[in-house]
Amino acid sequence: MHAQYCANVSTALAVRGLRKRYGSIEALKGVDLEVGEGELVGLLGPNGAGKSTLVKIAVGLVRASGGTAEVAGARAGSRSARAALGYLAELFRFPGWYTADEVLELHQRLAGSRGGAPERKRLLELVALDEAAKRRVDGMSKGMQQRLGVAQALVGEPRILLLDEPTSALDPVGRRTVRLLLEELRGRGVSVLLNSHLLSEIELVCDRVAILLGGELVAAGTPAELSRPRGVELETDEGLRTVEGALRDDVPRLVGEAVRDGRKVYGVRVLTSTLEDTYLEAVGGETD
Amino acid sequence: MSSVVVIAGYGFREAVRRKVFTVVVLLTVVFLFLFWLANHYVFGELSQITPPADVNVDTRTFAGAFMFGLAIFATLFLGVVLAVFLTIGVVSGDAERGLLQPLVVRPVGRSTLLLSRFLGAAGVSVGYVLSVYFAAMVITGLTGSWWPDRIVSPGLELAFAVVIVIALSLLGSVVISSTANGIAVFMLFGAGLVAGLLGTIGHALNSDQVKHASTIAAWALPFEALYQDALRMITENASGLTGFLLQLGPFGGAYVHGWGVRVWSVAYLVGVLAVALFGFSRRNL
Repeated sequence: MHAQYCANVSTALAVRGLRKRYGSIEALKGVDLEVGEGELVGLLGPNGAGKSTLVKIAVGLVRASGGTAEVAGARAGSRSARAALGYLAELFRFPGWYTADEVLELHQRLAGSRGGAPERKRLLELVALDEAAKRRVDGMSKGMQQRLGVAQALVGEPRILLLDEPTSALDPVGRRTVRLLLEELRGRGVSVLLNSHLLSEIELVCDRVAILLGGELVAAGTPAELSRPRGVELETDEGLRTVEGALRDDVPRLVGEAVRDGRKVYGVRVLTSTLEDTYLEAVGGETD
Repeated sequence: MSSVVVIAGYGFREAVRRKVFTVVVLLTVVFLFLFWLANHYVFGELSQITPPADVNVDTRTFAGAFMFGLAIFATLFLGVVLAVFLTIGVVSGDAERGLLQPLVVRPVGRSTLLLSRFLGAAGVSVGYVLSVYFAAMVITGLTGSWWPDRIVSPGLELAFAVVIVIALSLLGSVVISSTANGIAVFMLFGAGLVAGLLGTIGHALNSDQVKHASTIAAWALPFEALYQDALRMITENASGLTGFLLQLGPFGGAYVHGWGVRVWSVAYLVGVLAVALFGFSRRNL
């Protein structure tokens, strides 16, 4: 099972047997997960599943009770690990009196980035905030602040991005901006761990998906690996007919039988479960 | 080092942006005006006050020291208000609001972050305390032609007292919520002041037990000992009945003073900061 969770590429984030206990509550019960170089991994699970705890341990905000977490080969929380990552918290805020440009400048100085004004300009353009560079944070909408948060996470060209619900406050256009940005980052070889409730978004952009439930990893793999066959749908002159349990390999046989029976076949569709189906199956219908 | 400057600057900018800073500055202007008015009337009537022939009191020294002592208390109080409101939420409050996490994940180090915030708050508060201290001194000096026996040292001790309160407030912000921390620090501050008054009462009554309790409190809360020592130094050379009366008043005393308590105050500050840094390094955010 473990091998299924781990990519066979050099590792940006490696979590092994990770445990976290808050008093009597066991938030993580020995989780194994890897994010390879240039890989985009989606982390799913209901509230309280341990997703944010895992991310917080990786970025050094929370101390693990057991197991190990490494970022770019360095112990999570260490200076070199923090130098390699960019992070956007689920709940974050920037000082209201800072302008967008000043927020990025502050983080450039803390991250030791030498990108200067050109880097800030490029990052603001990436998140479609180039017109708001001089606007103060307290004059920005929640969505603009979230996009600024994404830009802040990209300061210093991190090797891995850990994004906790980066699109929760965004409208459809803002989500698309972030989605395109994530795809562009993947193209540049940046690794991303994306923690989100938006299954459609994860399905669209992620190379692999990991599902947490009650502090345990209950499913992991590519969206294709996680999908389950749900049958084959034939469109004939008699209408739509679904053959439950049939697989892709059964299509020639099913079409042949239909033709032999004198039916006209207009179309065939192999049905598979969506990520949402997989997710609901994995969490056993548990709601947030 | 550059990270320290960046974060201290961030804290400094936050400090001067906050409404509490504006409120304290306005209160200070009001206080200094009222203080000037009080000095004007007190010293204006001083020439009309004639103590009995057998009472050898230097009325100008008594009035000047009393008025300036009052100013020292007000300066300490306002300095502590400013310091506490600048620091009560540096860890807990900023973490709850989500301001801290983006900074902590940067490769700066938690100890650097906390020490920088300490330095930022200390810079603002020390500057404020020294400004008000010297402004009050100039008002008393120009209005009443009375100057304290020691000019600089009492101000430095007063500023250091506020720095200790900042360290306590930062420690509180690591372990408890902002509201609880504010209440706790003001209770400690109040306890220190009460202990100082207790010492004065103990000496007036010549009660060893009360004096002992006051001494323990002064060592446990050395900002109070520094404040008392600052008061003592402004009339260091006063003697006779004048000195005795000043010691009995609310702005006299300092029964724990000298280099011992100053060195202890430095050690206390280092200890409190060390505990705060240790607590912050282990805190989940």
